[in-house]
Amino acid sequence: MQIRPILSTLHKHKLTATLLILQVAFTCAIVCNVVFMVANRINRISVPTGIAENELSVIHSTGIGRDENAQARHEVDLAVLRAIPGVTSAAAVSYSLPLSKSDSSYGACPDQESRQRMLQQQSLKGSGCVQPSVYDGTPGLLGTLGLRLAAGRDFRAEDYVVGFKNKPAVAIITRALAQHLYPGKQALSQTMYFDDKAVRVVGIVDTLLRPRLRTPGVDGDSIIWPQLPDGSGVDYVLRSTPRDRHAVLAAARTALLKASPDRLIDPQQTQTYTEIRAAYFQRDTTMIGLLIASALGLLFVTALGIAGLANFWVQQRTRSIGIRRAIGATRGDILHYFQIENFLIVTAGIVLGVLLAVLLNLLLMTHYELPRLPLWYLPIGALVLWALGQLSVLSPALRAAQVPPVVATRSV
Amino acid sequence: MDDMLGYYLDLALRSLKRTPILTGLMVLAIGLGIGASMTMLTVLHVMTDDPMPGRSAQLYTPHLDPLPLKSNSAAFGHDASDHLTWPDAMALLKAHRAQRQAVMAAGYLLVRPAAADLRSFYVNGRYTTADFFTMFGVPFEHGSSWSAADDAASAHVVVLADSLARKLFGSTDAVGKMVRMGENDLRVIGVTTNWQPSPLFYADSRTKRYSDRDLFFLPLSTAVDLNLGTDGNVDSWGKMPNGDMRSATTTWLQFWVQLDTPTQAAAYKQFLIDYSAQQKLLGRFQRPATNAKLYSLMGWLVHENLVPGDVRLQMWLALGFLLVCMVNVMALLLAKFLRRSGEISVRRALGARRRDIFVQFGIESVVIGVAGGVLGVLIAELGLWSVRHRPDDYAHIARMDASMLLATLALAVFASMMASLLPAWRACRVAPALQLKTL
Repeated sequence: MQIRPILSTLHKHKLTATLLILQVAFTCAIVCNVVFMVANRINRISVPTGIAENELSVIHSTGIGRDENAQARHEVDLAVLRAIPGVTSAAAVSYSLPLSKSDSSYGACPDQESRQRMLQQQSLKGSGCVQPSVYDGTPGLLGTLGLRLAAGRDFRAEDYVVGFKNKPAVAIITRALAQHLYPGKQALSQTMYFDDKAVRVVGIVDTLLRPRLRTPGVDGDSIIWPQLPDGSGVDYVLRSTPRDRHAVLAAARTALLKASPDRLIDPQQTQTYTEIRAAYFQRDTTMIGLLIASALGLLFVTALGIAGLANFWVQQRTRSIGIRRAIGATRGDILHYFQIENFLIVTAGIVLGVLLAVLLNLLLMTHYELPRLPLWYLPIGALVLWALGQLSVLSPALRAAQVPPVVATRSV
Repeated sequence: MDDMLGYYLDLALRSLKRTPILTGLMVLAIGLGIGASMTMLTVLHVMTDDPMPGRSAQLYTPHLDPLPLKSNSAAFGHDASDHLTWPDAMALLKAHRAQRQAVMAAGYLLVRPAAADLRSFYVNGRYTTADFFTMFGVPFEHGSSWSAADDAASAHVVVLADSLARKLFGSTDAVGKMVRMGENDLRVIGVTTNWQPSPLFYADSRTKRYSDRDLFFLPLSTAVDLNLGTDGNVDSWGKMPNGDMRSATTTWLQFWVQLDTPTQAAAYKQFLIDYSAQQKLLGRFQRPATNAKLYSLMGWLVHENLVPGDVRLQMWLALGFLLVCMVNVMALLLAKFLRRSGEISVRRALGARRRDIFVQFGIESVVIGVAGGVLGVLIAELGLWSVRHRPDDYAHIARMDASMLLATLALAVFASMMASLLPAWRACRVAPALQLKTL
């Protein structure tokens, strides 16, 4: 099959062919970037929190009674909650859980020299200090969340202090934070500095995500310390089997209101951990849906455009196809003619499209903090468009192959 | 000429009917592109709408920069100088350099209803000063707002929004009744009608600006006296003020002024710079006096960047989609028009001018555009319906108004006309002699 006659026909339909090439190019550029964005978002929403996600439920209670002792209240409430059938353990935190959005973080320094550096330059950057998120909670929090100690020990009763104004003397940190604070060193038993308060590392857990994500590199920098919640609002974390979660939440609400009616329980803050996680990533999941829909829409419109145009060209060239058949071209020749024509147009579109895809990616990188498009996306995009082009041209090309040679003898 | 237009319309309809599948494809492509674009443009339109039509041009918010030279602004997560400290806000209020001026901060209080069948609940509201109501034109259903004298005396009074008044007191007039908020009894002096600027421009970045509204208003001096605490951003630097809201190193207050003419606005801006220079001389401010700013209402909304990046990305995606759809329609129209080279040549040979051919094909594409526009409106309504089912703060306001409806149709016709320009131009340049020979 010679390419030259195809090229000369395309040359006659320069403008139309150019438009089709442009359409394929835009589609290629947009779809490559859209798929890349989808991959990024999926990556983002599948980040592990490190806790037993499907077994946890959270209920928020706000005390409105006057002069209540918060710790006594929490102890009574926790006892009531642990008695609920299906609840295997329960703990209270003041507000922070992974992905709960309420974050409290402090500057933490691995030693005094780093702290001096940070104070001097008034910035964490390059000082060796980092800013981990801090979780508080009642005894038993580790077990309730399903966190396992990789090294060290859990907190002891004498470690606990009350309220955020008192800083504890010990803490458990994540492996990620250990590596950031003490690269290449044993983190256990080291002393960290929060302002001028020395805090000793007594344990290390594998993973514990922040309440609010920052950048993937530092999202695992968390510490738990033995600080009891203080104040009227508190989150109770309940652990049960996944199946029991809704029943447990309903029972917890009734039990808490029975234990003390002097409180508010907001139904919107009574939810399973799965719901908390889904709410955190809701915008991303919406975006993933929209991105996939628009990529499919683009491919659909482009396929329709290719098929529509090929259909047209077949009709227009019926007579010349008949002549070619009359002078000896086989059906296969006609079929291949249209397939090769389509291949040439789509290839030209892909060449331009790959360039546009890289340019579009550069534009998105400056405006939307998108990473660089990995180059292997481009050949895959090209393959998809080639396949799409061949599929859309198949039916018109088969129709062309059916044109009988006798057409050549008829006048238009 | 009218006859010819009618004739061309007839020709266009006949031509479109001859190729129903191709016509359907073009209408679908325009409809999808327009529908996606108009969904996102409507969302953007309602999010950047003027919250105070008729008043916004006279409203301004002044900003000072009391932060120390070296300040770790990353620690706040937002610009701490977006808000004012208590001493600065009081100084601007007492200077009285604008027509009207008001200080405000977000409040969040526990309401304990007197009725036994009602449980206690929390409500959002605003601590502010007397001019707030006249400056923003808050409409009252009963009673009135408080006076400057009440501000000075820290009067225990409150203005309720209609829905809160009805929840607490039913259909009876709430004015004169007492309501327990936090641990204090406040006297209701007025009830506003349902008033909700969208976005809630005077609230700070912690607010859900498209869905939150203020259900009570009480004097700021009273709130500070009773130590009610604010629900907004509170940023402190230097020595920890430990909850002292009157501290000179804690920003938490919003300030709005009414300035009727650009001259007054320029004079007020100069006043802010002079004030900053004076504070710098006194040693309170460290940064340049020219950091003081006066934002117009719409300028402030731009500064606050209310539209999330995702929504902008969705809009660009929709416009990219429209572009591909337009190129698609352009290629199809071109193929279609050129196939009728014979017909064009006959008409040209019979005396039609190039302009006539151009108009004939132009009308054909307008027909496609109108059909695509109607489909686009339907798709956009569907798109907006799905936006309204998102749990986002702005979701509930995503509705198409008359102006956006007309804009959708106009955009569809414009897009299809743009798509037909090149094909129609190419078609009217067909050389009649060459085509007639082959017939």
